[in-house]
Amino acid sequence: MAEVALVEVSKSFGAVEAVRDLSLSIANGEFVVLLGPTGAGKTTTLRLIAGLERPDRGNVVIQGRDVTAEVPADRDVAFVFQQYSLYPHLTVYDNLAFPLRSPARRMDEKTIRRRVQQVSELLHIEQKLDNRATALSGGEMQRVAIGRALVREPAVYLMDEPLSSLDAKLRAELRLELKRIQRELGTTILYVTHDQIEAMTMADRIGVMSEGVLIQLGTPREIYERPNSAYVASRLGTPAINLIPAELLGSDRMPREARTAGLRTEHIKISSADRPGPLAQVHWVEHLGDQNHVHLKLATHSLVTLADPVQELKAGDQVSLEFTEPLYFDQAGNRVGTDGAGGRA
Amino acid sequence: MAEIKVEHVAKTFGTFAAVKGVNFTVDHGSFFVILGPSGCGKTTTLRMMAGLELPTSGRILLDGEDVTALPASARDIAFVFQLFALYPHMNVRQNIGFPLRCQNYPRAVVKKNVEETAKLLRIDHLLERRVGGLSGGDRQRVALGRAIVRRPKAFLMDEPLGALDSEFRRLMCGELRELHDRIDATTVYITHDQLEAMAMADHIVIMNQGRVEQIGTPQEIYDRPSTMFVADFIGAPPMSFLGVEASLRRGDRSIQIDGVPVEMPEVFEDRAEGKFALGVRPENVSFADSSRLRGRVIGAEYLGTTQIVTVITANGQIKARLPSANPVRVGELVGLALRPDRLSLFDANGGQALSSALYAGGRHG
Repeated sequence: MAEVALVEVSKSFGAVEAVRDLSLSIANGEFVVLLGPTGAGKTTTLRLIAGLERPDRGNVVIQGRDVTAEVPADRDVAFVFQQYSLYPHLTVYDNLAFPLRSPARRMDEKTIRRRVQQVSELLHIEQKLDNRATALSGGEMQRVAIGRALVREPAVYLMDEPLSSLDAKLRAELRLELKRIQRELGTTILYVTHDQIEAMTMADRIGVMSEGVLIQLGTPREIYERPNSAYVASRLGTPAINLIPAELLGSDRMPREARTAGLRTEHIKISSADRPGPLAQVHWVEHLGDQNHVHLKLATHSLVTLADPVQELKAGDQVSLEFTEPLYFDQAGNRVGTDGAGGRA
Repeated sequence: MAEIKVEHVAKTFGTFAAVKGVNFTVDHGSFFVILGPSGCGKTTTLRMMAGLELPTSGRILLDGEDVTALPASARDIAFVFQLFALYPHMNVRQNIGFPLRCQNYPRAVVKKNVEETAKLLRIDHLLERRVGGLSGGDRQRVALGRAIVRRPKAFLMDEPLGALDSEFRRLMCGELRELHDRIDATTVYITHDQLEAMAMADHIVIMNQGRVEQIGTPQEIYDRPSTMFVADFIGAPPMSFLGVEASLRRGDRSIQIDGVPVEMPEVFEDRAEGKFALGVRPENVSFADSSRLRGRVIGAEYLGTTQIVTVITANGQIKARLPSANPVRVGELVGLALRPDRLSLFDANGGQALSSALYAGGRHG
């Protein structure tokens, strides 16, 4: 059963249409990530579900109940913000217990203690329960903020870039932890980010948004391998997909409508210049540590691809390129393919 | 352009030693990044270079001149902070021109320099705009403009992109580096973000607990980390370590892991029986059925082109970066092949890398 459904929801702020005709249904226990640049309407979508905004049109349904007209407190949702807003004068324990002590809940201290204990173990902060919230590291504070949402067991968790204020190493750790917790508890999460790695590694399904519209919804693999448009294709992948005029490929197997070819690293095979295939020149090799990017010049177009760690390439080298199953897009940027337009392989 | 030398510099606040005897040289025209976790002493080091803190001991030389005791205003350097502090009541032209007007430059000179600077930063069309209405990126460009308008000998930047979102940060990284090249500047740049450091730096110094862990080009630091701290701090995911007990002899080219000989770069020192860690980067691990080094897959993170597969072995966890096209099942037993010429060996006590064909070869090459 769907925990949360948005049915043809629209929301404008003045002349700006923040969310346009959005329909989305999140299943029980599902982790859905909304991915898009700043201003795509991701946060507004979360706020509509939470009840912090009222839609102009459409309905919000939580656990089969139309909550469109309900206030946030009646909706059974928990919100985790980007900035961990903890109570600095309280201990970690009291911060975690706070939502349960709400007079509306009438929960006894014993039950509260059990819940706080469980959640703190899950988040590996059980040693810190007596610390003041301000005596924690950034990562610990954010775990407490997530923990404060977890103690409540709502129908759905709404998370707005909860990891973006942390440093890279911590972000990678918490990413894995959040996914583990979600799996163990079978919780339903709608998570908003502009970080494609977070989306790819945590989501059961990713929704790609742009200018208030949900452009594509699918598993990370679907979105990455079968994007429905050049826009979606360019949202995912490092280095970003190369979009070049299709005729440069010199392929006789491309669809007739194809105007643009999309080439990712796995579509480009680099071999020595004496092999058949279009010739390109190595412009430079960018060393980023784990990802070395090769910048190629094919006619007047640049291509960026991941360097194969065993292939030694240097600036000025002539190489021959072979393209395997690239993506094709038509004039309007929609994907066309030998596998049916934007459809399954 | 300038050369900056930091010699045996230390700084103590009360009983807390923030910087413990740091040495490095920033060459003329270099883009030099100080990288480290929060609290490693990088900001204190930069503030001493700027003249905002007085070192407890040691010297700072700017183009050979000892500036250790000179105040910030007497050093020909510009400081760019994380939060772009612009004057909200002034327009872009006034903000950029402010440092020159303070020094009573003639009006015509101010006008000429401000316009040149704005052109360089591609914000010349915004000169008459108020800063309040600008986008985050343009505000950051104005802040940079104010720093470069004086054409100082060096720029010191303290996480200038830290407050921006990640997508935009990447764009500004490219712009900053390009600007550095165009104006032939010497730049010292602080960050805790290894990707920023890797993408921009000519040289990186990695600091930890007030000390320098390693200085080198991005590639040297990545390929030949001199300590386990560096190996673990750099790389996403970082280097994996397999714990082994062994004794080593000069000329050894393999090490026994769980009874399986694993090839590695030739070791150049003798070591008595002790604990060591064999370090391997995720892209140098592959699956090989024939390998006797076995492990169990405990997780796979799909990243599009590649996936990060975590394998647990008797000697520790290994992360492998494999093409996504290779199917991997959680729970599956796999054989592991490690690329022999790219392995690091560390003394597990203290974390120093051992000298080997990989490390010694690289220093000369």
